[in-house]
Amino acid sequence: MRGQTHFFKAAGLHAAAILLLFGLQFVVPDYHHLVLTRVMVLAVFAMGYNLLFGYTGLLSLGHAMFFAAGLYGAGLTAFHLGWSVPAAFLAGIGCGFAASVVIGLISLRTTGVAFMIVTMMFAQVAYLASLYFTTYTRGEEGLVLPQAARRFDLFGAGFDLTNPTVRYNIALALLALTMLIVFAIVRGPIGRTLIAIRENEPRTLMLGYDTFRLKLTALIVSGTLSAMAGAAYALLFGYIGSSFASIQYSIETLLFTLLGGAGTVLGPLIGTLAMFYMIDIASEYTAAYLLVTGVMLILLVLFFPKGILGTIRERWMSWLP
Amino acid sequence: MDFGPFLFLATLEGLLQAAVLTLTALGLSLVFGVMRVVNVAHGEFYMLGAVTAWFVASLLSLHPAIGFGLALIISPLFVGLVALACERLILSRLNYNPDSTIVATIGMLYVIQQTVLLTYGPDARPVAAPFYYRIQFPWFGYSGYNLFVIAATAVVLAICWYILTKTRIGLIMRATQFDSETAQAFGIPIHRVYALVFAAGAMLAAIAAVLIVPIRQAHYLMGLDPLLLSFIVVIIGGLGSLRGTVVAALIIGLSDGIISVFFSPTLAKMISTLLVALVLVFKPEGLFGAKPR
Repeated sequence: MRGQTHFFKAAGLHAAAILLLFGLQFVVPDYHHLVLTRVMVLAVFAMGYNLLFGYTGLLSLGHAMFFAAGLYGAGLTAFHLGWSVPAAFLAGIGCGFAASVVIGLISLRTTGVAFMIVTMMFAQVAYLASLYFTTYTRGEEGLVLPQAARRFDLFGAGFDLTNPTVRYNIALALLALTMLIVFAIVRGPIGRTLIAIRENEPRTLMLGYDTFRLKLTALIVSGTLSAMAGAAYALLFGYIGSSFASIQYSIETLLFTLLGGAGTVLGPLIGTLAMFYMIDIASEYTAAYLLVTGVMLILLVLFFPKGILGTIRERWMSWLP
Repeated sequence: MDFGPFLFLATLEGLLQAAVLTLTALGLSLVFGVMRVVNVAHGEFYMLGAVTAWFVASLLSLHPAIGFGLALIISPLFVGLVALACERLILSRLNYNPDSTIVATIGMLYVIQQTVLLTYGPDARPVAAPFYYRIQFPWFGYSGYNLFVIAATAVVLAICWYILTKTRIGLIMRATQFDSETAQAFGIPIHRVYALVFAAGAMLAAIAAVLIVPIRQAHYLMGLDPLLLSFIVVIIGGLGSLRGTVVAALIIGLSDGIISVFFSPTLAKMISTLLVALVLVFKPEGLFGAKPR
């Protein structure tokens, strides 16, 4: 019974968060409307990252490569091959899925520090590749998708991705979908075993779980969700560039997750929202806004390692998933 | 120019690259070997060394040779102090947990880099070489200072080798690396050893940077390339193996210097990074390292 009330409380809270975001679009001014759209897409990225880092305990320093796989998979097919928005979006997700299968199979042979370095190095190779194939990607300068590539018809209704309201609600729908996926995974039996791997991998192995396969599953779901965020980012905002594949992007999503609370479903959303505004405000005052990123990383890891939601869960709401 | 002399020039450039890389990677390897800390901020200590050298050389406006000599002393000391502060204030409080320390050193990377951007600015600035001397080969002239850098590196390496293998401090460091708990049981103050090693690792990077800054200018983003190359060297050489580090730095430095003369540098970087990631996956003890205990 107790477990069931906890389930309803948690489900209610997450539904309320989505409803709140839905309501916000009618009251916030234009600028914040755009910021919230971006935050929601980046929160999808961070939630995907959190599944691997927060729940499975694998610290990847190269998740920007999955985001970039989605970004380029969607952006390049739309730009060069003229694919429609839904097809390009699926292409992006497919690229991310393929990348996470390959990278997962190779990098999960390592553990601990080696895993962090290997993921960082693969991501660096991906970043360099996006610079090297500059004929197609235009490197740092990037590509801007033409207006025509950002309209599509689905089920008889026309959508225009340059329209802020359409953009906002698509981002919200993706966020809700991601939340549902992550929620279902972490509440289900797979989630329990992933947490068991985080807490003590040898013991989980000894209990008869195939930990390699579970970790690979977590990495593939995590990478594919990140790629979905990347594909959405490319199509919603109409710009693709190498900077999205750089190390800095991998670090930022780590920071979002840490701030909000690693290993909580809503944490990455809260972290992304808070950090995005913090960086936004800092960059008004100085070109050295990355200083904020650095200081936050150190302060979080020193004094606030559980993040916002992690601390709340520990003190008051032990039922938070 | 014929192929032979061209290859000779590429080898000289490769040796220069290898010399600087050996010192930087040795610092990273020392810190990883003894403390088991992956220091992502290592490249920023290198950058800080170069920038400090510029401040010392330009603010005092002495004769280039004296300015350079002073920079070679002041810059590593300053960088060592900064590293010591980072170790005491941040890393030691995290109990050297691998996940936390890597996140903290990423934070340190941004803090150091952006603080330099705020104070030193976004420009690349040169430091005058202590002397100009041109060695005339039959096919081309070559800067004598470059050869001085290679010789100076050899001297620093010899000193490091002597300290690590022949002195009491070196013995204590090796004991801590081999088994920190047993070392502590024998009364070795391992926290003081950690602080010393972290500072020494940063100082090695700073020395490398001061040596190279008359050839390549000081810039606030110059730390990233040495960081990645040092990672490569330390992995190929075997994490924590000093002899492996030196051998690997020679190979990587030489081949990087030679390859980037003949091929696109981006492609060369891509291939080498990929190869190294695969070495780490399939042969984690490195190509020259001992099997992990």
